[in-house]
Formats: sequence, C-alpha cells, structure tokens
Amino acid sequence: MSHISRRQFLKLASGTAAAGLIGAPLVSSGAAKKKVVIVGGGAGGATAAKFLRLNDPSIEVTLIEPNTHFYTCFMSNEVLGGDRKLDSIKFGYDGLKKRGVKVVHDTAVAIDAVSKTVKTQGGQSFQYDHAIVSPGVDFKWDAIEGYSAEVAEHIPHAWKAGPQTVLLHKQLQAMKDGGTVLICPPADPFRCPPGPYERASQIAHYLKQHKPKSKIIILDAKDAFSKKGLFEAGWTKFYGYGTDNSMIKWVPKSKDGAVKRLDPKTMTVYGEVNDHHGDVINIIPPQKAGKIAFEAGLVNDKGWCPVNVQTFESTIHKGIHVIGDAAIATEMPKSGYSANSQAKVAARAIIDMMNGKEPGTPSYINTCYSIVGPDHGISVAAVYTLNKAENKIVPVKGSGGLTPKDASAAHLKREMAYAHSWFANITNDMFG
Amino acid sequence: MSPTRSRALFSGILVAGGLSLGGIAAAAEQPATPVAPALPPASGAMLANACTGCHGTDGVSRGPASPTIAGITKDYFIDTMKAFKDGKRAATIMDRIAKGYSDAEINAMATYFAGKKYVGHAQKTDAAKVAKGKTLHKQNCEKCHEEGGRLSDEGGILAGQWMPYLHFQMEDFTSGKTKMPEKMEKKVKALKPGDLDALINFYGSQK
Ligand SMILES: Cc1cc2nc3c(=O)[nH]c(=O)nc-3n(C[C@H](O)[C@H](O)[C@H](O)COP(=O)(O)OP(=O)(O)OC[C@H]3O[C@@H](n4cnc5c(N)ncnc54)[C@H](O)[C@@H]3O)c2cc1C
Ligand code: HEC
Ligand code: HEC
Repeated sequence: MSHISRRQFLKLASGTAAAGLIGAPLVSSGAAKKKVVIVGGGAGGATAAKFLRLNDPSIEVTLIEPNTHFYTCFMSNEVLGGDRKLDSIKFGYDGLKKRGVKVVHDTAVAIDAVSKTVKTQGGQSFQYDHAIVSPGVDFKWDAIEGYSAEVAEHIPHAWKAGPQTVLLHKQLQAMKDGGTVLICPPADPFRCPPGPYERASQIAHYLKQHKPKSKIIILDAKDAFSKKGLFEAGWTKFYGYGTDNSMIKWVPKSKDGAVKRLDPKTMTVYGEVNDHHGDVINIIPPQKAGKIAFEAGLVNDKGWCPVNVQTFESTIHKGIHVIGDAAIATEMPKSGYSANSQAKVAARAIIDMMNGKEPGTPSYINTCYSIVGPDHGISVAAVYTLNKAENKIVPVKGSGGLTPKDASAAHLKREMAYAHSWFANITNDMFG
Repeated sequence: MSPTRSRALFSGILVAGGLSLGGIAAAAEQPATPVAPALPPASGAMLANACTGCHGTDGVSRGPASPTIAGITKDYFIDTMKAFKDGKRAATIMDRIAKGYSDAEINAMATYFAGKKYVGHAQKTDAAKVAKGKTLHKQNCEKCHEEGGRLSDEGGILAGQWMPYLHFQMEDFTSGKTKMPEKMEKKVKALKPGDLDALINFYGSQK
C-alpha cells in the first residue's frame, strides 16, 4: 500500500467512524435499496440478518431458510441429559421479521455469482448486491460403510438438532439398564470439537440417575480431543472414569477406535480388528460444507469454503460471503459462537463494501462452554485478530485458554450458571 | 476517586500517542522489505459486538447470571477490564478475555458501552428482604452507589443487575479474592449475616 493510499484510507476510516457516531444511515435516501440475500437461518445467518439491519436499516435483507423453527445444537446435549426441555432450544423468526428482515421459508438450490441471483426450490429468484451463505454442515455419508441418511432415521447422528435429538433421547429412555451406548465422533475438522465429549457427559448424567448399570463407549477417530484434561477430571469426579467401574470408556484411534463399518441389523460397529455391539448407537459422521456451497461452487477439494477472513468473501466467487461451519476460518473452531462473531464481521464488511469503503479491521471471539455434570461447567475462550498477510484469524498472544485445571467447585458452579447465561444471550443475539 | 480518573485520562493520551506513533512507523517504512502495513484500529462497535454473545445485544444481558454491561461509565469499564487483565479482579473467564485487548481497544469499547442504554431486570425477590435491604442500602451504600444503586460512576450499576452475579461479586469481595475499596470494605465488614442477601434482593427488585 503506497503512503498516499494509506493516508486516504485513514481519512476514509475516520469518516466511517464519524458517520457511525451520529447514527446516520450510510445510504442516501435517493439511492436504490441495497440488497443482501442470506442463505441459512441458523447461528451465522440469523446473526448476519440482525446485524445488517441494526447497522444499516436501509438495506433490504432477505433470509432464506426452509424451516419455520431452528433448534440449536448448543444445549441439545442437556436435552439428552434430561435437565432441559426440547422447547427451550427452539427458536422462530418473528424477532428478525420485526427488525424488517424478509424471511422466506424455502431452500436455496442455486446461486449465480455473475447475475447475482439466488434461486430456490419453490421457483423463486432473488437478486442481490451481496449474498451471505451460512448453510452449516452436511455429512460425508460414504465415510462409514453401512451408514446413510436413511439409516440415520434409526441410528441418529443428532449433529443437527430437532427430530434427531428427540430420536436419540427416546432411544436412551427406552434402553434397558445395563445397556451400552456407543458414541462415534469423527476426525477433525468438524462442528463443535468438544460436542461429542459433552454429549458423553450428559448421557452419563442421565444414565447415572436412571440406568446406573449402563456404559458409554466413545469410539474415536482421533487420539486427542478438545478440553480432554478437563473432561476427564469431570468424568473422574462424577462417573468413575479411570476405574474398572467407569461409566465412560474412551477408545482412541491408536487403540482401533475409528469406526469403519456399521451393521444396522445387528447394531454392531467395526474398527480395523475389533467390533462393538451397542444398544444405542450415535454415529457422528465426518462433515463437509452444506450442500448449497457445493452447488454454488464455493468449496475446495476438501469440501470447505475458502474465504478472505477479513470480509468472509469467497475467494472463488466475488460478492458471496461464506460464514459459520462451512467457511475455512482457521484458527477459529466450528462453533455457534464463531458463527455469531463471523456474521458480525461479514455484515460490517458488506456495508463498507456497498458504500465503496475499505472494510475495517475485524475482531473475533470464540467461547465454548460444556456442561460435564451437575454444577460443573468448563469453558474454552479465545480472542482473535486478523493476520492479513497470511489470511488467517490468529489468537491474540497471551489471551484465551481453558478453565484452570485447579478451578474450585465454586468456580465450576459459576461456569454452569454463566453457560446458561451465554445460551440466553447468544440466542437472543441471533434471533431476538 | 481521583486515581481512577487520572488512569482513564492517561490511557486516553495513550490512544492518541499510539495513533501518531503508528503514522511515523508507516512513513518510515522502507519499500525494500515489503512489510504489511499495520491494520488501522478496529472500531469500538466491532470490538464490542464480539462480546455480546455472552453479554447480550448492546450489552444488555438476558440473565440469569452474566452481568449487563450497557451504560456503565467509561471509568469503571476501563478500571475493571484492566483489573481483569492484571489478575486483580477474580473471574471465571473475563481474565482470559481481557488479556486479548490493548488499552486503546479497551478505551474504544468503554466509549461504546457507556453510550448504550442500561436496562435493569426486576427479578423474583423476597418482599421482606427487599424492605430490609432498602434500609441497609441507604445506611451503608447509597453514598457511593447513588440513587438506589442506579448510578454507576466508579462502581458498576447494582439496581436491576442480575442477582447471581451480584452474589458472586460479593463472595469475591468478602473472601478477599478481589480487593474492595477501603471505605466499602469497612461498611461491608460491619454487616450482619443475612444483610448482604437482603441488599441483593433490594437491588434485584429494581428495574
Ligand atoms: C451437539 C452439539 C453441541 C454444540 N454446542 C455448542 C456450544 O455449546 N457452543 C457453540 O458455540 N457451538 C456449539 N455447537 C456448534 C454450533 O451448533 C454450530 O457451529 C453452528 O450452529 C454453526 O452455525 P452455521 O450458521 O454455520 O450453521 P447452522 O446453525 O447449522 O445453520 C444452518 C442453517 O442453514 C439452513 N440451510 C442449509 N442449507 C440451506 C439451503 N440450501 N437453503 C436455505 N437454508 C439452508 C439450515 O436449515 C440451517 O437452519 C454445537 C453443535 C452440536 C452438534
Ligand atoms: C464467554 C462469555 C463472555 C464473553 C465472551 C465476554 N464476557 Fe465479560 N463477563 C463474563 C462473565 C462470566 C463475567 C463475570 C466475571 C467472570 O466470572 O469472569 C463478565 C464480566 C464482565 C464485566 C464486569 C461487569 C461489572 O459490572 O463489573 C465487564 C466490564 C465485561 N465482562 C466486559 C466484557 C467485554 C468488553 C467483552 C468483550 C471484549 C466481554 N466482557 C466478553 C462473560 C463474558
Ligand atoms: C466508598 C464508596 C463505596 C461504598 C460505601 C460502597 N461501595 Fe460498593 N463499590 C464501590 C466501588 C468504587 C466499586 C467498584 C469496585 C472497584 O473498583 O474495586 C464498588 C463495587 C461494588 C459491587 C460490584 C459491582 C459490579 O458490577 O461488579 C457491589 C456488588 C457493591 N459495590 C456493593 C456494595 C454494597 C452492598 C455496599 C454497602 C454495603 C457498598 N458497595 C458500599 C464503592 C463503594
């Protein structure tokens, strides 16, 4: 960047700040309405819709989402544990409609980056200046032999919340005392790295109360996992982990944990040499970006979407921004908090771009709380900044990290209360 | 409390200083080794919006425990963020988060949240405790936490703040994990068992 352009840039940047301060709409009243079309009304898409309208009410925002209600994956493990009702993780779109977001219940089937249009299954067509795509994940069904979308109707993944959560919950309720639950997490990268282990904790919490002779075996495609030390400490405290009578057993990849094949008829999963019978089986298949990302040609050879992490604009198609689980946002993990944070960065960048301004410097946070047992919450947090040269989102040195290993019982109890606060606040930040 | 004020002023100077230093650095940059120019500072809104996943949109928390941070004064915000950063204030997670921000960034967020409207939440409380707390507040706390704890000035806003959070703060104060202002400590030490609970019920009953 030459010195002149840098000076001009600073001038522009301070101009933006001033306009922001007096809250003047950034688009003059005479200009044609700027249009943003958002595909996917989950964690990322809903936040983006809200913050576009909050930052600039003159923008016409259309949100395309097939379902009339969104069930959050976050806190869905507490539904399995029995401490939370399904209704409390269900959210509608009235809040966004009140903010002037046009909500269209349909599925996007094509995005044309040249004519800047999104087409839906219902035959509608929407013109955009910028599009945001936040479709979440799809599953690599062929990764585990014998598993498929049809089989998942009986052997749930429960990695998208709603009916799948209900199915797994009912199976746990129907299981006999002394039964075995198999949880089979994938290798990285996948949605919510601590999720499978929080799930094991919550299922153990349920079994301990109602079916104490039962066991959980985690058959892992990895040799390590997120917050491992903290989870294991919690499992030791509540579920006898490490003893012969442990309710939870973790089998890493190096001990033949990775599941290769499933026989749904005999309820058996197979590794390289060992096989395991489960009374309830939860397979969490490897993942890739949601289908529309493939149809719109937004993915790389690994099935995720490369983006400029300052704006989340696709590096393949201009004018289309990909956020949330589908995006490659290294080093942020695929989480609801990440999707929420990225949505705000993308919304701000889009407004700047539509007004012919250089997008500002982004800032990002991720946090993941996990509830391990009664009054026992743990967390990981990070503050991130942009490394523009490497197009990477990097943690700010010295910040972030895990709940301390030696945290007191009182601390862990507070983290549980704060986890529930996080849930109330982030869902309101998305849908309210 | 004058030390607070001067600290806030001092960090104001730091921001201005930081900017002009940045300018000099950019001008002195030699094209021979193309170093990426430092990014301009992120805006207060950009920084602050990353916090609202936990603290609620605009810093207004929906509870049940995380504090509302909308409308707290710049002075208090800056002081408390630095206390988190330096480990002077006990925390479950804010210590880890505050370490991610420079003084200039903390300043920018302080301005942003100070400009947002505080919304108090009247919570389920015990009427007898509320009445007792009201009297105790007038006698011991009103001097600094004015208008029934509604004004923030050097302390946080107490009226309508989430009660579990107030309990946690008082636990950290009374256990000595976080140091209280001396005069507040005198008042708190003189309280009888049950008094703090009554006070928190009083604050929690307000909007
Ligand atoms: C068990 C579990 C626990 C979790 N716990 C946490 C947690 O504690 N904290 C945390 O931060 N994260 C957690 N997560 C992760 C979090 O749920 C995801 O990272 C987050 O939802 C990603 O947001 P997204 O917008 O990318 O996708 P989603 O939230 O999945 O939203 C995608 C939306 O797009 C819609 N869609 C897809 N295709 C189309 C199309 N073609 N047209 C229109 N709409 C479409 C879908 O219907 C969906 O509503 C958890 C996940 C799981 C599975
Ligand atoms: C993961 C959730 C989380 C995130 C993200 C978060 N906070 Fe906090 N915040 C808390 C919790 C919990 C507390 C109570 C102290 C503690 O236990 O850490 C708190 C307390 C505070 C307080 C003290 C309020 C008072 O009245 O004294 C301030 C100020 C604050 N946070 C500011 C911020 C800012 C600014 C950010 C963003 C840079 C932020 N927080 C991000 C959870 C969060
Ligand atoms: C001499 C002035 C003074 C008195 C008297 C006083 N306080 Fe404080 N209070 C403060 C200050 C200043 C802070 C900010 C904490 C800090 O800077 O260390 C504070 C902080 C607090 C907080 C934490 C607020 C937050 O958002 O985290 C609570 C709760 C509180 N006071 C309650 C009380 C109660 C109850 C009383 C009466 C028994 C009282 N205070 C009396 C000055 C006072």
